[in-house]
Amino acid sequence: MAKVLVVTSGKGGVGKTTSTAALGAALAQLGEKVVVIDFDVGLRNLDLVLGAERRVVFDLINVVQGVAKLPQALIRDKRLENLWLLPASQTRDKDSLTDEGVRSVIAELRTKFDWILCDSPAGIERGAMLAMRYADEAVIVTNPEVSSVRDSDRIIGMLDSKTVKAEKGERVEKHVLITRYDSARAARGEMLSIDDILEILATPLLGIIPESQDVLRASNVGSPVTLNNAASAPARAYFDAARRLMGDTVTMMVPVERKGLMNRLLGRRAA
Amino acid sequence: MMNLLRLLGGRTASAPVARERLQILLAHERGLRGQPDLLGLLRAEILAVVSRHVVLDPEKVIVRMDRGKNVSTLEVDIEVPHGFERSPAMAAT
Repeated sequence: MAKVLVVTSGKGGVGKTTSTAALGAALAQLGEKVVVIDFDVGLRNLDLVLGAERRVVFDLINVVQGVAKLPQALIRDKRLENLWLLPASQTRDKDSLTDEGVRSVIAELRTKFDWILCDSPAGIERGAMLAMRYADEAVIVTNPEVSSVRDSDRIIGMLDSKTVKAEKGERVEKHVLITRYDSARAARGEMLSIDDILEILATPLLGIIPESQDVLRASNVGSPVTLNNAASAPARAYFDAARRLMGDTVTMMVPVERKGLMNRLLGRRAA
Repeated sequence: MMNLLRLLGGRTASAPVARERLQILLAHERGLRGQPDLLGLLRAEILAVVSRHVVLDPEKVIVRMDRGKNVSTLEVDIEVPHGFERSPAMAAT
């Protein structure tokens, strides 16, 4: 049965798009059939992070307005045959997205995919509401930083009240994904710890993505980090998170860089 | 020497401060979320009760809340037009 998962956060710049791309790719690499939808109308970026920016012809709004059929707008990844992208419109007004339009697009995608990942725009306005509206599950991307944790708490409140599931008296299954985590700084008491964040948000943990240069390097070249450098610490963390979404029990840990200092220096120079 | 040591590693940890500030703030914000429009609700109910007895212009009913450190106040300002005109429903009984 298809699962609709929204990747959300409230706050901008915490890694929603990066995480959508990485989780979507990781699920596809693990054999699932995945579509990632960009809900950030006017500020689309998922196409760029996935390296598909020059292949966009039709978009979500075209489909919602009946200008294009869904299969015409879907872009299949060139490296992963199980991964598809439904891009956002870059030019249209963000009000062209309607509740009914989103409902029908998601209903159609449910018949074709195992996973439908909705990359939410930042904020708590219409776009973010529509991205979470039909979700079965939610990944709340949180940085170990006060403003991000506060906004995550607000978004959790919305997931519990404004989604179709919540309105039917059911629950959206929520998971916190902590990104940009620096375990050394947390150990020195300079950064909120995992336990602090989980206690405050009272929501189960999906994974811990360490702060890493590999993430920027991957987006620079338009390739999800799980594909660009599958052995890197953030890629392994995203693979673990994807396995947990699939129902596997994976021991929680903060992956660390495997390279030695010399290798790291050399690797940095080569990149 | 002490200053040097402090510079090197003796900085006080800021994460506990972050944690405490968040806990206090979110407890407050979650409380507000449960009752999204307390003032709107109060205004509507006060209007309903007073209108049973006196004719009122709904626009002239103002409910304000002030949250202070030690004392919070609830201010209800109701303007009654043309002296007290009894509501027809009540006048009849």
